[in-house]
Amino acid sequence: MSTTVKPRIAVHKFSSCDGCQLAFLNLGGELIELTRRVDIRHFLEAGLDDPDADVDIAFVEGSLSTQDEIERIHRVRKHSRYLISIGACATSGGLQALRNLDNQHDQWRDAIYAKPEFIKTLNHARPIADEVRVDFELWGCPINSRQLLAAVNSLLFGVPPIEERDKVCMECKRQQRVCVMVTDNKPCLGPVTRTGCGALCPSFGRDCYGCYGPSDNPNTESLSKRFAGLGLMPDAVARRFLMINSAAPAFHDAGLIARSTDTGDGDNG
Amino acid sequence: MAESRRIRIDVPALTRVEGEGSLKLSIEQGQITQLQLSIFEPPRYFEKFLEGRAYHEVPDIVARICGICPVAYQMTAVQALEQAFDFTPSDWVRRMRRLFYCGEWIQSHALHIHLLALPDYLGFDSAIAMAEQYPAQVQRGLELQALGNTIIKLFGGRSVHPVGARVGGFHHAPTDADIKRLNTQLEKARDSARALTNWCAQLPVPQDDDSFINVALKHESEYPLYEGTLAGSDGLSITAQEWEQYFEETHAPHSTALWSLYQGAPYLVGPLARLNLNRERLPAEIADNLNNTGIAFPSRNMFHSMLARAVEIELAIHEALELTAAYSVPERPFDDVIPRAGIGFGATEAPRGLLWHRYETDENGLIKHARIVPPTSQNQARIEQDLHNSLQAFGLEHPDDALRLHCEKVIRNYDPCISCATHFLQLELERQP
Repeated sequence: MSTTVKPRIAVHKFSSCDGCQLAFLNLGGELIELTRRVDIRHFLEAGLDDPDADVDIAFVEGSLSTQDEIERIHRVRKHSRYLISIGACATSGGLQALRNLDNQHDQWRDAIYAKPEFIKTLNHARPIADEVRVDFELWGCPINSRQLLAAVNSLLFGVPPIEERDKVCMECKRQQRVCVMVTDNKPCLGPVTRTGCGALCPSFGRDCYGCYGPSDNPNTESLSKRFAGLGLMPDAVARRFLMINSAAPAFHDAGLIARSTDTGDGDNG
Repeated sequence: MAESRRIRIDVPALTRVEGEGSLKLSIEQGQITQLQLSIFEPPRYFEKFLEGRAYHEVPDIVARICGICPVAYQMTAVQALEQAFDFTPSDWVRRMRRLFYCGEWIQSHALHIHLLALPDYLGFDSAIAMAEQYPAQVQRGLELQALGNTIIKLFGGRSVHPVGARVGGFHHAPTDADIKRLNTQLEKARDSARALTNWCAQLPVPQDDDSFINVALKHESEYPLYEGTLAGSDGLSITAQEWEQYFEETHAPHSTALWSLYQGAPYLVGPLARLNLNRERLPAEIADNLNNTGIAFPSRNMFHSMLARAVEIELAIHEALELTAAYSVPERPFDDVIPRAGIGFGATEAPRGLLWHRYETDENGLIKHARIVPPTSQNQARIEQDLHNSLQAFGLEHPDDALRLHCEKVIRNYDPCISCATHFLQLELERQP
């Protein structure tokens, strides 16, 4: 067995907070175990620097928000057999895709930076799959180590990873949690959000805020009506959808529909 | 004709002050003629998309500024918003925020020492390579990191972008049984943390004697994490509200990140600055052990930052033990806040140093304006100054690889988000006739 070549992996970072890479670095003893089974070729945060190494699996964190990043993702694609985007930034554009909504990039840049001419960002922050072919996506802000290991293990066994597309609601029911929307009138996004987190927010008695992105067949229209029924003004409904995954089509559209019904008055909290 | 060595160092970098960076270094006749640390951060415009958001959305949004220290961003934001609403959290909330924050210090410091800094000192490219020769020490470090994560998860459900914090308190209180279990784990970790301090104190570090202004919070009775007044080694003592009168953010042409200066000069924030200003707040047993290492604080050697981190892990474990020993489940883990139009300021000690927030709200609690000054942008001018002095002291005649490694070690002392990469400094040497 010692002659077996270990699968090579790389972890790349684009515009992001680094939180999804921690799914590796928080593995503890399992990180050392993982390095016995795979050969990590590039992972800057762990001290491995070989961005153009040919690898079997490339994990990509972050969204594409500069011209340089667009050039770089093509290089990553060229050197990788299998490309997995990890986290909300890579799969939907993430929180920073909020700048795409109203084409506010230039105004925002000029307001924050003393010398905006030094800043070279693109107007839109976009997901990895907008630019190159992505073989598998791990959704979540952040992804967790369980999701990551499940994907790696599947691939090590030569089978495609299983995509979790169920709703948070299903997980919440399995855990026999009390529904925060039914009992407490909280505007929970669990009915339209992809599972994977372990229904953390409802288990803490709070409403899901959609950080894992849209589930399969999300009925956002019906949920928006329910939110209105709970007393949320259109702007508040829009903000529920337009947050961590505002560029994911299902949430993007639901948010814009809610916004378009906003009359501009009333309590927006 | 003097030989001119022009060195270009490219830095692929990692979090808010991140993206791409470079260090331009020109050496002529044994003197540094140009030294510019540039950081090209792909800006994500957090301050702008906070505008129009409801106050209760802020903790979830600002957490995303940094995956390694989301608790710091959440705690600073809730502190500022509560001030804007003229709300005082309960004593239970205050203590539990401190405990929550201890978790982040332990996690972040253990990660930095073991995965980012130690390989430099022990001659490895990465912690993964180091683990083969130092399995017990790496294991100990990963266990401490995991302990920090456990504390964050108890209050936040997960350690990255935790979901438990809210303006007014927490969404959820851990059970007595959970806290008791944590207390037992902390008790076991106490010796590991002590051993880590002693190990770090023995590692040979470059001798450095530099003069700089330390800036950190100070508190009347505690080592500062979540609360305190802003203090400087020059006698500065102000509230968070007064920050803007003494500090300014500027924008250098060679960097996309904002730089902040204290009365026009660079200054230091972070573990070394905190320990330099607060060593009398260390519990006696930790202070005694530190004295026994023979390394005196306040220290003017930036390479004592790693030791300061280890001491702060001990401190955080000590604090967490006390806070968990006195734990009781409250009737409710939060109090309701009544939003109003106002302005609030927050200042806390993130693992990397002082973090400052300012929010202006309207009468419904929607954010009208936000301003966030993270520790790395405060340290940037100081890093450049340090590189200048430190390289000169190290000896410019060293080969390029040695210069690069030395620069990396200097930069990593600050644990800036960009330190996440080892060998991030790639040298391009140009020699001019």
